[in-house]
Amino acid sequence: MSSMTKPSTITVVPPEAAPKAATARKSRVDPLYYFFLFPSLAIFTLAVTLPAVLGFVYSFTNSVGFGDFEFIGIRNFIAVFRDEGILGAYGFTLAFSLVTVVVVNILAFLLALGLTSRVRFRTALRTVFVIPMVISGIVIAFVFQYLFSNSLPLLGKGMGIEPLASSILANPDLAWLAIVFVTAWQSIPSAMLIYIAGLLTVPAEVYEASSIDGATPWHNLRHITLPLVAGYAVINTVLGFKNYLNAYDIIVGLTDGGPGVATRSVAMAIFRGFEGGDYAYQMANAVVFFLISIAIALIQLRFTRGKGGIA
Amino acid sequence: MSNATRTVPAEPTTSGPITAGPAAGKRRIRTGQERTNWPATAILAACTLAVLVPLYVTISMAFKTTGQAVDGNAFSLPSPLSFDSFVQAWTLTNFPRGFAISVFVSVTAVIGEIVVSALAAYAIVRNWDRRLFRWSFFYLLAAMFIPFPVVALPQIQLTGLVGLDNPLGVAILHIVFALAFNTMLFTAFLRSIPLELEESMRMDGAGTWQVFWRLIFPLLGPMSATVGIFAFIASWNDFMMPSLIISDPEMQTIPVLQKIFQTQFSNSYNVAFASYLMAMAPAIVVYLFTQRWVMSGLTQGAVK
Repeated sequence: MSSMTKPSTITVVPPEAAPKAATARKSRVDPLYYFFLFPSLAIFTLAVTLPAVLGFVYSFTNSVGFGDFEFIGIRNFIAVFRDEGILGAYGFTLAFSLVTVVVVNILAFLLALGLTSRVRFRTALRTVFVIPMVISGIVIAFVFQYLFSNSLPLLGKGMGIEPLASSILANPDLAWLAIVFVTAWQSIPSAMLIYIAGLLTVPAEVYEASSIDGATPWHNLRHITLPLVAGYAVINTVLGFKNYLNAYDIIVGLTDGGPGVATRSVAMAIFRGFEGGDYAYQMANAVVFFLISIAIALIQLRFTRGKGGIA
Repeated sequence: MSNATRTVPAEPTTSGPITAGPAAGKRRIRTGQERTNWPATAILAACTLAVLVPLYVTISMAFKTTGQAVDGNAFSLPSPLSFDSFVQAWTLTNFPRGFAISVFVSVTAVIGEIVVSALAAYAIVRNWDRRLFRWSFFYLLAAMFIPFPVVALPQIQLTGLVGLDNPLGVAILHIVFALAFNTMLFTAFLRSIPLELEESMRMDGAGTWQVFWRLIFPLLGPMSATVGIFAFIASWNDFMMPSLIISDPEMQTIPVLQKIFQTQFSNSYNVAFASYLMAMAPAIVVYLFTQRWVMSGLTQGAVK
């Protein structure tokens, strides 16, 4: 528990306080510092920046991934916006992300609330709740795929529940629910731990004082707890969106984008760039995807500015 | 912690023997604050089923015979208990080879992430007044917003071009993609280390190299533990990167190998589940032994 109260000391503010004293002492930089920093910067540039720039350039060409190519302007981008398959992938990914963020935040908050109240076996309960976080997404997706396509229909038939009698993974209208379920299953623990950290920053005196004033538990929750953990909800939302927009592993394990293309995410669409000479075309898609991800992140930060969030 | 220590001592231990009616006495002294919330405990305990049932299914399926596994009842106990599925999974996935490759990727990622980010963070923090170092920090930070799918296609080409379409390439990419975040964690931590410690060591004639390895790096221990555990969990469990980067199927990591049970051996459920169990067990075991750092690390990492 003690370790969980730490986070409040860490902020996004870059490190400027400490080196002040160093300024006076040092007249020139120890060359060793360059050796500490620049190899990793160089690898980073080669492995992330260079591919990003290359991809951006390729998105204006008709390259198929090898051989000659020529620049064709923004034709790829126009085609992307007219491609129903890709628009469908965006629609699915955005809707799935939104639903998952909401589901995860509500359940994680409730679990955190439970685990910070006067419950018994708190450590054991928390240990169990965190386990999904450390299990491979694709492996647990395979486990759930079996449950959804074999055990659940069997159960549904036995209990006479018609919609459950066949696999929901084979139903184009319901398969996405299974993906939300497994994704939430895996990402609730991390959101829950962040909420627990947030709840522990609320001093017990605040509740004691309000109880003396005759506040009901509901009042406490509504007027003390919720406003104080709002910043943590922002963190969970930002981190959640960042993960869910890139959804891949769990979908591959559950439906592989199916039935048909009902659950194909943007990441899955991009990775198809190596099939059928779609290389440059899918790079244009990746550029669009990048801009949308950035836009969503900025909107979220904009929303929260001035709300006293931690992020 | 502060919460617990503040309220627990309020429990009056002497009251028990003195009061005549024990139940009534306790009721009066124990206020609502200290009483165990049994309904909440019960609800939470019920919620653990959501975690435990899938794990139970995985374990029980793994110990079934093929004949029992195909009946579709995932919740029955294995009878008779069979270890055959583990033997088959071991050979079908060539488990020792996959395990060795996964361990190689994870260990390289763990050591690499800790050392590379700690060095970079130290150089940045100690030279913050210099534009070059400051800008490097913002450069890394900005690139944190680039998700893997966006750069994946050129990356796959480049790794193939330079002969890194193998486990080593995957480990390097793990290090690189985590670099921004880890460097941020380490810089935040380094700010809390007083400069005086370092200066007295320099006074005694130690250079930057010694100061880092003998003083700073050991002080970074708790943060390194956190970074290392998350590096392990992420790289051990990852499917997306190895499945795209590693070109030779013989060199695949454990999670990617599980795909054969969807394509080739789709009816050997017990074998598949034995294999899934062997794939997830190492990460669960590591988690159970390192919980402390997992908990603290996540909350530290989140509040960025």
